[in-house]
Parts: sequence; C-alpha cells; structure tokens
Amino acid sequence: MITAKEVRLMSTGSLQSKRASPAERREWLLFLLLVGPNILLFIIFTYWPLLYNGYLSFVRWDMLAPVKIWVGLDNYRFLFGQQEFRLILLNTLYFTIASVLLTIVLGLLMALLLNQSLRGRNTVRSIVFSPVMLSGAAIGIVWIYIFDPRYGLIDALLGFVGLNSPNWLLDSAWAMPAVIIVHVWKTIGYAVVIYLAGLQAIPRELYEAVVVDGGGAWSRFRAVTLPGLSPVVFFLILTTVLTSFQAFDIIKVMTNGGPVNATTTLVFYLYEEGFVAFNAGRAGVASVLLFGLMFVFTLVQMRYEDRNVHYA
Amino acid sequence: MTSATNTVQEPTPKRAKANKPTTTHWVGQQQSLIGRTAAYFGLLLCVLLIGMPVYWMISGAFKTPQEIYSIPPTWIPTQPTLASFPKAWNSAPFGRYYVNSFIVTLFGSGFEVFFAVTSAYAFAFLRFPGKRYVFLLLLAALMVPVQVTILPNYLTIARLGWINTFQGIVIPGASVAYGTFLLRQYYRTLPTEIMDAARVDGAGHIRTLTSVVVPLAKPAIVSFGLLSIVAKWNEFLWPLIVTNTKEMRVLPIGIYWLMVEEGTIDWGLVMAGTIFVVLPVLIVFLYAQRYIVDGIAAGAVKG
Repeated sequence: MITAKEVRLMSTGSLQSKRASPAERREWLLFLLLVGPNILLFIIFTYWPLLYNGYLSFVRWDMLAPVKIWVGLDNYRFLFGQQEFRLILLNTLYFTIASVLLTIVLGLLMALLLNQSLRGRNTVRSIVFSPVMLSGAAIGIVWIYIFDPRYGLIDALLGFVGLNSPNWLLDSAWAMPAVIIVHVWKTIGYAVVIYLAGLQAIPRELYEAVVVDGGGAWSRFRAVTLPGLSPVVFFLILTTVLTSFQAFDIIKVMTNGGPVNATTTLVFYLYEEGFVAFNAGRAGVASVLLFGLMFVFTLVQMRYEDRNVHYA
Repeated sequence: MTSATNTVQEPTPKRAKANKPTTTHWVGQQQSLIGRTAAYFGLLLCVLLIGMPVYWMISGAFKTPQEIYSIPPTWIPTQPTLASFPKAWNSAPFGRYYVNSFIVTLFGSGFEVFFAVTSAYAFAFLRFPGKRYVFLLLLAALMVPVQVTILPNYLTIARLGWINTFQGIVIPGASVAYGTFLLRQYYRTLPTEIMDAARVDGAGHIRTLTSVVVPLAKPAIVSFGLLSIVAKWNEFLWPLIVTNTKEMRVLPIGIYWLMVEEGTIDWGLVMAGTIFVVLPVLIVFLYAQRYIVDGIAAGAVKG
C-alpha cells in the first residue's frame, strides 16, 4: 500500500526543515480537519471497544448492576472447560472451512466458465452476482421457505429423483449444511467478480506461448491460469475466511443458533451472551477470541503472501 | 504483474471493462461442439443454482395461500394473484420501515462518502508529520469487524442516550477506511498537470478538491457510494441491537420480526415482504451494476 519511495519522500520532506513554515502549518491543520473526524470516530467506536472488550472479559457483570466484579481469568477458565463452548468453536471451524472451500472452488469454476465468450454471459454474470447485493435477513427468510420439508423448493427438486427432503433446519445434523449452503450461495458472486478481474489481468501472450509449445487446455490452465491467479486466490481465502467468521444475519434468521446450539458460531454466541443472556464477561471473552483469530489470521496471511505470492 | 490487477490505475478507466467481449482465454480458438454444449449447460446450471431461490421468492409472493400449501409444490403460480402484497404491507408498518431505512442509508452513506472523499484528499495530497502512521491507524480498522465492537458500542450509545435513535444507528458506522483507501489510490492516478494548473490559478486545497479532484474521481466515488448504500440498506446486526420499538425498525429488522410473528402461517405474505426489502437494491443494481462490480474488483488491488 505504501511504497518505500513514498516513505523516503515523506521522511525527507518532514526532516528537511527543522521548523515548519506557516504554509506548512496551515497544511497540517487542514489535514487534521479533513482526517480528524474520521479517525476520531474509529478511535471511539472501533479501537476503544477492543480495549474495553479485554476489560469486560475479566469481570462478571449483567450489564445492569452498578458494579462489575473482577474475576480474573474465571470467564476464560469457565468457557474453555465447558463442553458447549468447545462445540461452538468446532461449529465456527466447520462453518468457516466448508464455506471457504466451496466458495474458492465453485467460484473458480464459475469464473472460468464466465470468462469464455459465450452468448448471454453478461446476463449470467449479473445473476451470479446479484445475491451479494441482497439483504441477508430477507434472503435467510426466503431460504427457510425453500428448505421447508413439505412445501419447499428443495423438496420439490428431490422429489424428481424420488428422495425425501430432510427436515433441514430442525435436524441438528442438517442445519449447519443448510446455513453453509445459503452463505455460499449469497457470497460466491463476490469471489467470481474477483476471479474474473484476476483472469482479465493474465497477459494473453502467456497463453499463446503455451499453445505454440503444443499445450492443450489443461496445460494452459496448469501453466498459466493457476499461477497467474495465485495472488487472487490468496486474497480470496483471506476475505472469505473473514466474512465467514462474521456471518450472523443468516444464522439469526434461519436457525437462531439451533437446534440445540448446532449452528451457534462464535459470533452468534457473542450476540447471545451479550444481548440475550446479559453476560458481559462471557461476551467479552468471545469478542477477544474473535478478534484474536482474525488478527492472527490476517498477519499469517500477510506474511505468507509477501514471501510466496508476490513474485510468483 | 501484481499491479495489473489494479483497476483504479488509469486516470480515466474504461468502465466498460466487465462488458468488453474478451477472447476465450484457456479454451482455445477452435472449440468442439461438445465443448460448447457443455459450456452452455454450465451457464444454465449457474442460472438455476443462483437464480432459482430468487424465482421461488417471487413466485411464492404471487401464489394463493391454498397453492402455497399444496403438495407437491407448483413451479408456476396457477392463479397468480397480487393479494399478498397489500396483506404484507398492512401486517407491519412498512411505510415507516421504508422511511427509516431511507434516513439511515442516506445519512450513513452520506457520512461515509464525505469522510472518504475528504480523508483520501488529505492522505493523497497534504503533508503531515507521520502521515504514514495515521494512514496505518485508519487501515487497521479494516481488521476489526463490527461484530467485535457491538457490546462496548451499545454501552457507549446507551450512555449518550442514543438507544432507539437515528444517530444511534448511524454514527458508530459513519467512519470509513475502505473507501478512503480506494479513493486515495484513485486520486494518486489523476494527472498532476491539472492539479498544478489549479494551484497556479490560485485555487486553495478545498477549491482543488471540490472543482478538480471530485469531478475527475467521479467514477470511483460513485462506485464506492453505491457499495456503501447497499451495505447500509442491508445492515442487520447493529440496528437489531440498538432499536427496541417497532417505529424505529429498518426494513431488514422489520422483515425479521414479521417472519417471527407470522412465521409459517402465510408464506405468500412473508415472500411479498421480502420483496419489499430487496426490490430497491435490485433496481439500483440493474441500473448501476458496472459501478458496483468495478468498486468491488478495485478492492482487490494488491496480490
């Protein structure tokens, strides 16, 4: 994002004159005026909550009582000793891994298809992308109707091959696949758009070179498309992991975390503890964990990307 | 090579990029009949997989209650009826929801666009000691999802007495990192001669921003603005938490409660309600698709 050259320019710029000229000071003031409110809001509503979550994770508090009782690591100890909480972490893992794999693989297949010159391609691109734009709450409701085991679309489709629909949202084995399907359905258009942008950026000459060497479609894909797309794939893995960690609307609307916690992920647990059970301490722990996971993941990703993808 | 994915590079980018017919990249020039048939079959599959649920929503809204609960379900409404729409409209204060959603989106996106346009100018063209670190402080906010901040923000908003108010819904999400980043990238591709010419003409920074930079960066600003509008319109978690009366609900919250209350009693009514929620966004999308898609693709600037 910031080049080394820019940093050098900036640092020499600010060191050149020991004392700032009035013109320069006016520029600083204007800078503060333009950037200040934006940054200030981030400090109040983004950075301060991070610190405050940390504090809340060490107290017991029902969000009403005037005093918060300091309990040290009790909240952490309690949650990690609890079967239920381990299930929630596993659910989060299940939801994230399945969503990311499906999105990355199916998204690539769709993008490769939509990158060919086929009639009606642009219309199909629009259709594939449109769910990204739609309200998760509204879409979740539509899918409850679709999953309805008696009057729903899926049941009608399964009927063609003589199968009966499972009771998707009320069966603890099927509820998670159901919300994953909806999440992937809703977000895959984003991956397709990013893949398509990446495909456009691959120089055509590279393909021609493979053709000259007598390579077929598969070797063009292996030798040119896949390496050319590697930065895009890494970017997409990062963003889809982060969006999966954050999925809330669909779960809240479709299953409300159930049946019996079967679709309760970390985000949903955080919401439940904070705003249904009024247990600020445990919600604090969930917030700290969620942010920690995202932070670590982003860092690992950035390092890995720097080393392996940049010069690919 | 990595910078080639940067679609906000050219000063006047070709907006038609997504629609430009491109040569078939990896399928080769001479395709077999079987290959082409398979490709069109794939297209059809995409349309069915992604489009069918939307079709199910629309057809459900046009079915009579008897037809909705017929087994097996019908694919096309046999006696299409509009009756579900007025029923849905009257079963919840949808007029009020529209007004609320409109206000929240207008101000929410208004703040975001304003902050992005002005902050990006400062980061692109103004000197400031340690500017780089201020920029990093802004970008780091991208790593903090809304979900992590809801509990402390609820307490802050409660202390301000802003629970169940428009400012309570809008202000915590008013600041913007993604848009600032996007527009800063774009501003830096603008031809410096034009900026210099404005300065020679005696234009100050504010004049340069409003009469030179903003008009030139219009495509990028529109792209980001549309993304912001869609995001604000669809926002669910924060308005769910921070409002507690029917009168303050926005559309996604309204439809959620309608479903909770009406549930499986009348799917036709509920489907009509979901159409109320998604229709404005679908219309915007039909008109401004290119800008929205470009805005999203431009976010993947770096490999």
